[in-house]
Amino acid sequence: MTLSPITIFRARRILTMNPARPEATHVAVRDGRILGAGPLEELAGWGNYTLDERFADKVLMPGFVEGHSHAAEGTFWRYTYLGRFDRMDPEGKVWKGAESIEDVVTRLQEAERTLASPTEVLAGWGLDPIYYGDRRVVRADFDRVSTTRAIGVMHASGHIFNVNTRALELAGLLRPGVNHPGIPLGPDGLPTGELKGPEAMTIVGAHVGFDREALANDEEGLKRFAKLCVRQGVTTATDLANLLPDDAVSMMARVTGEASFPVRIVSFRRFQALTPEQVVDIAVKLKAKSTDRLRLGAIKLFVDGSIQGFSARLRWPGYYNGAPNGLWYTPPEAISGLYKLALQKGVLVHSHTNGDQATEMALDCLEGALLDQPARDHRFTLQHCQLADAAQFRRMARLGMCANLFPNHHFYWGDQHYETTVGPERAMRMNACATALASGVPLAIHSDAPVTPLGPIFTAWCAVNRLTASGRTLGTSEAISVADALRTITLGAAWTLRLDGEVGSIECGKRADFAVLEDDPLEIAPDKLKDVRIWGTVQGGRPFPANGV
Amino acid sequence: MSGEVSGARPGGRLPVTVIGGYLGTGKTTLVNRLLRAADGRRLAVLVNDFGATPIDRDLIVSSSGDTLEISGGCVCCSYGSDLMDTLMTLPEQRPDIERVVLETSGVALPGMVASAVTLLPAYRIDGIVVMADVETVRTMADDAYLDDTITRQLAAADLVIANRCDLVNETSLQETLAWLATQSPAARILPATRAEIAPDLLLGLRDGAAPRRSATLTTPGAPDAASLYDSLELDVPETVDITELGRRLSAPGTGVLRAKGILNHAALHVVGRRFEIDAAPAGAKSGRLVVIGLRSRLDRRAVEQAVQPSLSTSLRSD
Repeated sequence: MTLSPITIFRARRILTMNPARPEATHVAVRDGRILGAGPLEELAGWGNYTLDERFADKVLMPGFVEGHSHAAEGTFWRYTYLGRFDRMDPEGKVWKGAESIEDVVTRLQEAERTLASPTEVLAGWGLDPIYYGDRRVVRADFDRVSTTRAIGVMHASGHIFNVNTRALELAGLLRPGVNHPGIPLGPDGLPTGELKGPEAMTIVGAHVGFDREALANDEEGLKRFAKLCVRQGVTTATDLANLLPDDAVSMMARVTGEASFPVRIVSFRRFQALTPEQVVDIAVKLKAKSTDRLRLGAIKLFVDGSIQGFSARLRWPGYYNGAPNGLWYTPPEAISGLYKLALQKGVLVHSHTNGDQATEMALDCLEGALLDQPARDHRFTLQHCQLADAAQFRRMARLGMCANLFPNHHFYWGDQHYETTVGPERAMRMNACATALASGVPLAIHSDAPVTPLGPIFTAWCAVNRLTASGRTLGTSEAISVADALRTITLGAAWTLRLDGEVGSIECGKRADFAVLEDDPLEIAPDKLKDVRIWGTVQGGRPFPANGV
Repeated sequence: MSGEVSGARPGGRLPVTVIGGYLGTGKTTLVNRLLRAADGRRLAVLVNDFGATPIDRDLIVSSSGDTLEISGGCVCCSYGSDLMDTLMTLPEQRPDIERVVLETSGVALPGMVASAVTLLPAYRIDGIVVMADVETVRTMADDAYLDDTITRQLAAADLVIANRCDLVNETSLQETLAWLATQSPAARILPATRAEIAPDLLLGLRDGAAPRRSATLTTPGAPDAASLYDSLELDVPETVDITELGRRLSAPGTGVLRAKGILNHAALHVVGRRFEIDAAPAGAKSGRLVVIGLRSRLDRRAVEQAVQPSLSTSLRSD
């Protein structure tokens, strides 16, 4: 039997994340896996090889692992981008941030001119009016774009829509007497066009192109998401809350199986409207359908809501602005039941907890479940876990829990957290990466794309610098080193997905997944880390240049 | 309280009974009881999930995905996180449906759910019913995690079903009922065992008909079953202001659990402390009012005075 050919890539520097051999100049690849990293003469011992010099002036790292993202980011790019900050689309075009409401309207007008039919809907995303002062966006703003077609724009947070008058009409909401906390009324007694919360959003969503059918099972969206991954050096990305109906699983298996598909997708089954027995059974069956590039069989659980939406569950003293406490999304009995059964069946569970009371409840539930069902290596992970304090991190370590924190929040909403939601002290403690590491909690960090842009290098920059959009530094004591940050976006995230034996470092036996960088993240100044340029990736030994996807 | 029916179906807006309450309070028992008592009414019963709310097997005619066909023309759907989608498509998919019973998840806030339902012009909230387990409700309301969830659920109720009364002694029961009254100041409190309540309280009174036997309890062994409820049927003069009538019947102290009146092409629906005015169904007999309350609590005099037109002027100043 003849062995497959060997390719040896030469690089300017290879940062391996393997402590026994932290740096190398060459990496040998066969059958999409790593034979070894080291000097050429050592690797030559594997036999005949082709020397590939294309990365001779590049820096290789283990392919980045995005531990909390949603493939919906690929879907959203079918809508007009209206965010405050520059953002790169899947084709590599950078869309300039909108600096004012006027800017937002102008962009919608430009997009509107490309539509042929006068009734075709116009949809946008990424709007973040907190950067435009106190003035709210109202329907009159979007009526300047069109009064004949429905216009709907989702906020960056994903929790609010702004629409025009036509969209309100179609949704049956342009009437007096609307009485709902998520729908502010204007002086005329009619809705202003702002719709907060999932219920109000669902009612207009279908009329402005955000209906469920458009978002589910989106093949083009998945392909666009994969392109974004390549541009950001990501070779393994989570799709963290999917209902995974059969047709979506078939589509994902087919698309990820295409020879040119560049990323490994780890899709979690969302726990809702099911008993723990049912969802664990589904997860076990899904796991059997996994392929190399589509990993299934884990479960995502929602414990509470979001901090900026005031639906996260906070412990005393609650919200800084006095808002009532948030909402539980799953009863503790169901959480305990799910944890216990999942431990028994070896199924991985990641739990969304934003507020510290939600984190506390998840810890209590897991502690109880572990007494009934001891498990040595479960890797249950708290996702976001933004407000956890030191004592909670110590408990997490004791219970074998991992944390996947959300440093990007500091940049995009840190000022809002400081001023409104949780106040200065807790805003400085939020996403306490340093405490997590010091406590021995396995750590990952994430973007929650499309909530914030996919980009582990940017997320690492956020964890290192903890800057807000206004330039405020939130809690220097929780900043981590560049080396630690780079570890969290590779091995750290891989660990939370039980993939650290396969990916996350460049060493013998692992997948040949590399992030290919133009700049050396260990040489660039830490405050410039986000400016590291990315050439693309190698995934399973296959090079994917960002400019070629 | 508006009588507008814009965007509604020809038959008027679909009444929605929201049933809330924490896990283990008897919501599943109640839902199954209502399905059994539908008695020809075509109900759509929406539950968060069939796992948490199992429907009695003998009621199920067929099942397909998230939908169960129930004997007698009812349908049962699980909505998960798609409640609004389910409600938006229901009138089109099931034009025969007359009424919706919406069971919320154990940690949902029924007041917020009801507020969301009112965004859909095809529906009106008939009543918010919150179940409480009299044995555990006060402990739950002290729970470090669930305290405010329980009290916010209760605070939104029009009717509180104080369930499992057979599990506590009389002293404890009276204390708990008094406590519930402080938590749900705008609600009528209805003591019950095994969620046994008159189905008409939640499913509505028949057009132009006095409550039938189904308004009384028939469960063997239930104490004073037949005498628990009292019903009244009265003529209402055309000159009575229907909004004022609703206000009086739902006022504190009347003991009215449910009332329905048809007057001048408008229908008045009272559930506990809530009242709504909607278009009267075509052909409904005008000038009639039907009222149900607990026998021990219903203030017959207050009800009789409520339909006096002369008083409607003199009381207007309050």
